[in-house]
Amino acid sequence: MSYADLTIAAAASELRAGTITATELLEAVFERASLTEAELHAYLTLDAARARTAAGQADVRFAAGTPLGPLDGIPIALKDNMCTRGVETTCASQILAGYHPPYDATVVSRLKAGGAVITGKTNLDEFAMGSSTENSAYGPTRNPWNPERVPGGSSGGSAAAVAVGSALAALGSDTGGSIRQPASLCGVVGVKPTYGLVSRYGLIAFGSSLDQIGPFTRTVEDAATVLGVIAGHDPLDATSWRGDYPDAGSMFETGVAGMRIGVIRQLDGEGYEPEVTAMSRAMLDRLTDAGAEIVEVSIPTCDVALSTYYLIAPAEASANLARFDGIRYGLRADGSTAEEMMARTRAEGFGPEVTRRILLGTYALSAGYYDAFYGQAQKVRTLVKQEFAAAYEKVDALVSPTSPTVAFELEAKTADPLSMYLSDVCNIPANLAGHPAMTVPLGLDSQGLPVGFQVMAPALGEATMFRVAAEVERQAGFVARPAMTGVES
Amino acid sequence: MTWSPPPGWEAVMGIEVHVELRTQSKMFCGCRVGFGEEPNIDICPTCLGLPGAMPVANVQAIEWISLIGLALNCTISEQSVFHRKNYFYADLPKNYQISQFDIPVCHDGWLDVDVDGETVRIGIERAHQEEDTGKSTHIGEGGRIHSATQTLLDFNRSGVPLVEIVSRPDIRTPVQAKAYAQQLRAVVAELGVSDARLEEGSIRFDANVSVRPSGETELGTKVEIKNMNSFRSLEHAVSFEILRQVDELEAGGTLVQETRHWDEEAGVTHGMRTKEGSSDYRYFTEPDLTPIVIDAEWRNRIAERLPELPATRRARYLDAGVDPQVAQVLAESIADLRAIYDESVALGSEPRVAAHWVTGEITGWTRREDAPARITGRQLAELTAMVADGTVSASAAKDVLDGVLKGEGDPRSVAESRDLLQMTDSGALEAAVDDVLAANADAVERYRNGEQKVVGFLVGQVMRATQGKADPRAVNELLASKLA
Amino acid sequence: MPIDIDIAHVARLARLDLSTADLETYRHQLGVILEHAARVQALDTAGVEPTAHPLGMTNTFRPDEVRPSLDRDEVLSQAPEARDGYFVVPPALDQG
Repeated sequence: MSYADLTIAAAASELRAGTITATELLEAVFERASLTEAELHAYLTLDAARARTAAGQADVRFAAGTPLGPLDGIPIALKDNMCTRGVETTCASQILAGYHPPYDATVVSRLKAGGAVITGKTNLDEFAMGSSTENSAYGPTRNPWNPERVPGGSSGGSAAAVAVGSALAALGSDTGGSIRQPASLCGVVGVKPTYGLVSRYGLIAFGSSLDQIGPFTRTVEDAATVLGVIAGHDPLDATSWRGDYPDAGSMFETGVAGMRIGVIRQLDGEGYEPEVTAMSRAMLDRLTDAGAEIVEVSIPTCDVALSTYYLIAPAEASANLARFDGIRYGLRADGSTAEEMMARTRAEGFGPEVTRRILLGTYALSAGYYDAFYGQAQKVRTLVKQEFAAAYEKVDALVSPTSPTVAFELEAKTADPLSMYLSDVCNIPANLAGHPAMTVPLGLDSQGLPVGFQVMAPALGEATMFRVAAEVERQAGFVARPAMTGVES
Repeated sequence: MTWSPPPGWEAVMGIEVHVELRTQSKMFCGCRVGFGEEPNIDICPTCLGLPGAMPVANVQAIEWISLIGLALNCTISEQSVFHRKNYFYADLPKNYQISQFDIPVCHDGWLDVDVDGETVRIGIERAHQEEDTGKSTHIGEGGRIHSATQTLLDFNRSGVPLVEIVSRPDIRTPVQAKAYAQQLRAVVAELGVSDARLEEGSIRFDANVSVRPSGETELGTKVEIKNMNSFRSLEHAVSFEILRQVDELEAGGTLVQETRHWDEEAGVTHGMRTKEGSSDYRYFTEPDLTPIVIDAEWRNRIAERLPELPATRRARYLDAGVDPQVAQVLAESIADLRAIYDESVALGSEPRVAAHWVTGEITGWTRREDAPARITGRQLAELTAMVADGTVSASAAKDVLDGVLKGEGDPRSVAESRDLLQMTDSGALEAAVDDVLAANADAVERYRNGEQKVVGFLVGQVMRATQGKADPRAVNELLASKLA
Repeated sequence: MPIDIDIAHVARLARLDLSTADLETYRHQLGVILEHAARVQALDTAGVEPTAHPLGMTNTFRPDEVRPSLDRDEVLSQAPEARDGYFVVPPALDQG
């Protein structure tokens, strides 16, 4: 077995025991990357030199018996929408080609302070807009289980890298399912924490009131470990949570006996693949067997959450992406005036999906349409929150399939934006509500493609969410690895 | 001299004031609010609009805008929010400005303005918090904007806290407009929250001008005037604009709602080239910032810091008997000068006299010397007492003051060392008078022939002979008795 | 609700210099998405307050303290054009 297939927990214990070094661990991960990258294209940048230096420094600490914490020496990849000082950060866009930020995002600083070894920057849909990673200006990432299929998105590179072991963990960002959906399609654990738990400072913004950074890992326990390092109040992010932080891993072993778990009626039925539905229902039966009470709950606004999201997120994005104007960084087109230069730069630099959403958001905010579109969407968002709050009066956690489908074929949905958007229908309500949600792999369908199971909890209810997720993981017992890793399963 | 719109017309004006706050750091980041000697040195990811950067509001600015609002009799919103104001311009790094829209920190206040001895109350619609832009320098042939070949951008000023104060359309004349602007500047300067210097752009005025036939209640087409960098140019610009609008309408033309630039040299306003639809700012709540909640407790703590304002101070001086003109000047004087007045009055100076000294000789000296006034209230009280009891003459007192300001000591010791004490030895004075009468026999003769005004000449001769130390009243009395 | 979108105006607001053909494609796609959004408009939201911030936090401020600024050379190294410490752009004429 390669060290690349270790969990974080196992690797950390071996590093402390001195049975492996951080350098050996990193080399195993790079070796896995060299085996898979040609086909997978999970990474936009592999930062080998800096990673080797960081691993060497970790080894010095281990030798001295002074590791920094649970992620010391652990190779972790970053979605390429998180700023890394001196390391190219593109958001998978032409408009940021060659951009080397002069500062680190807060999550990057926290990972470095925790001794993590940053392997590189992973591929994504341009500016995190998409559900398949096909909107990358630098070419798509492929699904590790079947390279004819998409890995999901927008954090497809992070999901794929963790699935094959070209990183032990990765960070992604989730605005409307961009962590959970690709994690589900790649068969790994993915967590969108409560809005505000992880600093957004240095995350290149998409929908600021929705964006949240979270981990991809192979186990629920590892996800809690990474979350423990990256979560925390940040004075540079005014929306960063100021109160007590939940201890995600505090109830792993508690089990679900006595819990009330709600199944959202609206997240089922038409558009859900039968195998997805069947595997989800089988998990509900197992949770019942494990002592949980399964309750069906109705959250009617789940039916309009997607449309609500497609008014709010593009509106915020239209302003967030206004700064890409060819003046201070990135691409610049010719123009005889500043205005002409800006308009040409933006037309050349943004891909079609980003352009589409900027136009949509600009329209939704423009004079005469604000009340009908953006204003109304913000009110519906309140209704979503109210309905979830009412549901959590009755249940401890909510569950659903993570995605209505397994990984779909490349180009299957690129011509029809709306069908692509529907991939995130189960994920978006948690973003609108600001609540935590995560996905745990259930297993493979008959085509050998992973199916995920989504667990949601009220704001700051990470401990409860991880308690259920840990039970789902135990019940599912999913250990298979993609064939391209060469690991026998 | 009061300028009025042409007969049959009324002008309706409002003024928007931008005030740069003099916080240590910028509105939404920790960059220094500096003087920008070198371009692009006070910049960080946030004020430069780098991808991923986020704003966090400066609490000092929030307290200071509240203080401004309280000084302008505004209601302080219990909860207000920041909005994004979306427009593209090269010196606006994010291509949106963080500002406030429907719920500003301060709203519904007023400012009383004195114009020609009359008090006019100008309503304040709102005061909101926002951030400044960077600075553009257009270069190319002749340095003219129209022929510029390139624009240089400096973002040192980007993100400096800016308070925008919007008046109601309560202003009717250019003189009122100027007085409002001056009074507002004085208030802001008094609060110590801004350098409030027009020439440096730390306070900037834009005027909204419309005209309508007298008696009409509907508002006319509003034109915004920019680029006025002195109170005088504000007055001139709105005067010009009123006439321009009236001329246009009287000639049967129509006005367009637009922004016009004041051209100081030509003394005219020019329309600005603007793109159609460019004013759709697409305001929406800034998702990166949380609402501002100012509860009664916080509001009261801020209110405790409210100093005495110029209008209140002026009223206090008037009550004490200071002449109206002098009271106005003193009320707007710097704190050091006012402190000299206050202390000297507390120690017994006549307020009217002390105010004259402070606003006249003392202020004049500080301007000439470009130095702070080196005199204490106690010293001024001593000087006014010496004049009152005849120890020095009024004219000699100016010399005494000069000595005090030059650091030569207290008034009495200056008067002694400069030999300025009035002659109190009646024998010596009588001798001096006798000498003058003897030397000017012809004048004495003319006096006796009924030419009474000659006495003034004789007094002058005595004052000269005594080097100004004689008490003029005593000289008058002596001459009267000797010539009788 | 039929959606009538002045797509050229929207593109101008967003500073996107798009071809006529592209504009037409986007106009059509936006129409489809916004028709889907009609379900949002149909909801009764009378008396409902909008949600702008998921957690409802207030008064997050920073003290008025100066922090170090960035190194100018490092910043300008990323600019398409810079000279004498300035960012340089084609003439910026139209304010607003």
